[in-house]
Amino acid sequence: MGIYGLGIIGACMFAGCYLGNLLGAALGLNSDVGGVGFAMVFFILIQVYLAKTGKKLNPKTEGGIEFVSALYIPVVVAMSMNQDVYSAVASGLVPIISGILAVIIPLLTIPLISKLAKD
Amino acid sequence: MTIFAKMAAGYGLVGSFIIVAVTTFLGYKLAELIGQKRMGSAFAILLALVVAYIGGVIAHKQIDAGVLTTASKGITDVVYWIGSGDSLKKYAIFGGVGILGGGMMRDFAIISTAWGVDPKNLVKAGLAGIVALLLGLILSFVIGVVVGRLFGYTDVSELATIGAGVQTFVVGPVTGAAFGVKSEVVALSIAAGAVKSIAAMIIAPLIAKKIKLDNPTGAMIFGGLIGSTSGTAGGLAAVDAKLVPYGAMVATFYTGLGCLLTPTIFTAVLRMIMG
Repeated sequence: MGIYGLGIIGACMFAGCYLGNLLGAALGLNSDVGGVGFAMVFFILIQVYLAKTGKKLNPKTEGGIEFVSALYIPVVVAMSMNQDVYSAVASGLVPIISGILAVIIPLLTIPLISKLAKD
Repeated sequence: MTIFAKMAAGYGLVGSFIIVAVTTFLGYKLAELIGQKRMGSAFAILLALVVAYIGGVIAHKQIDAGVLTTASKGITDVVYWIGSGDSLKKYAIFGGVGILGGGMMRDFAIISTAWGVDPKNLVKAGLAGIVALLLGLILSFVIGVVVGRLFGYTDVSELATIGAGVQTFVVGPVTGAAFGVKSEVVALSIAAGAVKSIAAMIIAPLIAKKIKLDNPTGAMIFGGLIGSTSGTAGGLAAVDAKLVPYGAMVATFYTGLGCLLTPTIFTAVLRMIMG
């Protein structure tokens, strides 16, 4: 059933974000630190387990996961519609200049930092 | 019209499917017209940002009319309203966009993209990701401080707040609150974070080729350097959706780390330098 796929992702999300909130609390912050990342690690571990044991998810369950993946771009488009573009544009030059520079300058370092990756 | 507004508010989430479908369709058509078929999602995101801006303009008019009290969520804030005073009735006709594009669905969709991720790629670029995370936080902070200083801000706490806001629009208010900075500066820091997220979505697809943002390692570094969840999610979606899980995996630690380091170590160093 497709819903199993959605349930697996949801369970990973709850486990990961709970861990993220625990870590946040341990660091003295009232927020989630790395929850989505932990959730993704759990989700990847499930795949590693499946691959190691030679088991496979039911195609319909997999279909449920692919359904959520396919929703990614639409969710991002909706997310973009929720951005506070008006305030971003209307608050003067300090936010505009610093915000744009903070994208361009760091991104120029990508080829350099890439060299740290092991082959 | 009122009947339609009532329905649109009641069926909000389904309504958002229609709105997003139409926007995405137009984005892909536009990309095709310009002969950049691969940039379809980038154009869809760009159109969505235009919609968000128009929503903001309308919402601020509705604030002036006394219908709304605040507006910070683009098109989602816009309501259909009738009557006035005690008989004022508001219908959140675009409320569904807020659900589909809200944090819950965003994170759910991001996690789902980890399906099919090769753990080897993550391990390979692990160190690069961590370096990018720290460098991203430092560069954003420094850029915010320098630009703020050039525009006449001299108070260390205020400059730190602006720098924190450039990191992400969550770190700005956290830092501002830690030093009791006045609300105009906090608002400025939030706007800086919003500009960075939006700029990441627009600039990433434009320079992706030049900076070799076309592989898992590059995506992990991108996530560490940009850091805001929406900026990373939107920027990588506009470049190549396959890269999303790698960037998101690193970016998820950025805001937390920023809240930890910026009001403490970063600000202390800034205080030392500025005397």
